[in-house]
Amino acid sequence: MKVFLPILCFILSACASTHTSVYEQLGGQQKVTEIVDNFVTEIEFDQTILAYFNGANIDRFKEKLSEQICQRTGGPCSYTGDTMTQVHQGMNITEADFNRTVDLLINAMTKADVPHPLQNKVLQVLAPTRKEMLYQ
Amino acid sequence: MSKCVSIHFIFMLLLIEFSQMALAADGKLIGTAGLTQVEGSGGGGIVPWATISGYDSRDQISATATATQVDVDDYRLNVLAASLSLYDRVELSIAHQRFDLKSLGGEIKQNVFGLKYRVYGDVVFSDWPQISVGLQHKRLENGAIAAAVGADNSSSGTDFYVAATKVHLGAIGGYNAVWNLAARATKANQMGLLGYGGVQNSSYELMLEASAGILFSRHLAVGVEYRQKPDNLGLGEDDWMDFFVAYIPSKNFNMTLAWADLGSIAGAQGQKGLYLSFNGQLW
Repeated sequence: MKVFLPILCFILSACASTHTSVYEQLGGQQKVTEIVDNFVTEIEFDQTILAYFNGANIDRFKEKLSEQICQRTGGPCSYTGDTMTQVHQGMNITEADFNRTVDLLINAMTKADVPHPLQNKVLQVLAPTRKEMLYQ
Repeated sequence: MSKCVSIHFIFMLLLIEFSQMALAADGKLIGTAGLTQVEGSGGGGIVPWATISGYDSRDQISATATATQVDVDDYRLNVLAASLSLYDRVELSIAHQRFDLKSLGGEIKQNVFGLKYRVYGDVVFSDWPQISVGLQHKRLENGAIAAAVGADNSSSGTDFYVAATKVHLGAIGGYNAVWNLAARATKANQMGLLGYGGVQNSSYELMLEASAGILFSRHLAVGVEYRQKPDNLGLGEDDWMDFFVAYIPSKNFNMTLAWADLGSIAGAQGQKGLYLSFNGQLW
């Protein structure tokens, strides 16, 4: 216990001192745009996931996803699109395809030089949207 | 090279060979299927987890095979295990354990039949931890040694457990953290290798088992495990613990190296050594 206490204090103080938003840690809008652009490229090269985008307006998708990431990471934006449930209605996205898309987003962040710990923080703030997207 | 080592080696090559086939289920995020523990259930290394062992999602099935060796001072445990996972809901497993008595000579063989059912949740995405219930039915191939050390039952026994597992995204300095807590009702002495029940106690007791780890990348996990054990035989059976490093290069193959402290086994004190495990997904 004597060993654990200082470690615990360190972890807690480390948590308490992270005031900067994930958005700022990413480096702002420029990095968010880069991630979204890379993500769309990843989707274009994945036949399975591309099929879900049949007839979609890609420019609008980019704009709304960018707003979504900006807002959820604590940036100065407001998401102006439809609810996640509305957007994914009728797509019947399977769990496997959802996770495959998470992998594409991870690839997009890796190619945008987002460090691994920061990638996890982005995934963490986006994770709550999953239940509005799966099997709708 | 002893017969046992060469069989393990061939098995390992087969795993790598199979795991390169492109048919494997891949519906889970990498690392989130966990590993396979010493009794064949999806888990960490010595503790069963709530995770279902393969990379199947709700619409897929998968099968895995695992070879594990735990080599401590006076004993060596060899485990060959296989599991079938259905729709990330049900896990069926079988494990063949061979426990070599290095100092005394001889061996103990046991087969473990496992069943696990995911009751709730997703290890990454649900608000609460993923929860599973399971059982491990253990049958000794030869109960002579179990009887000799005073086991109440030297043929078979069944453990029942409930496990809760959760991954916290970016929890520790941005790194993903995972923890597991399991409660097991058991009569088993040294996992059943020394039979079930004994002079001190012959009824079910509840044991707590825990794991905690950090994922330093999508392919590397480091952690610690603890497994409480009963002392039914009055031989001073100790709790188990290990520190592990798991390398997960793909969804189809992973390997784990650990340092295990198994304490006192059948009167031989301070049994410590290396744990090495190879796990492959067959489809």
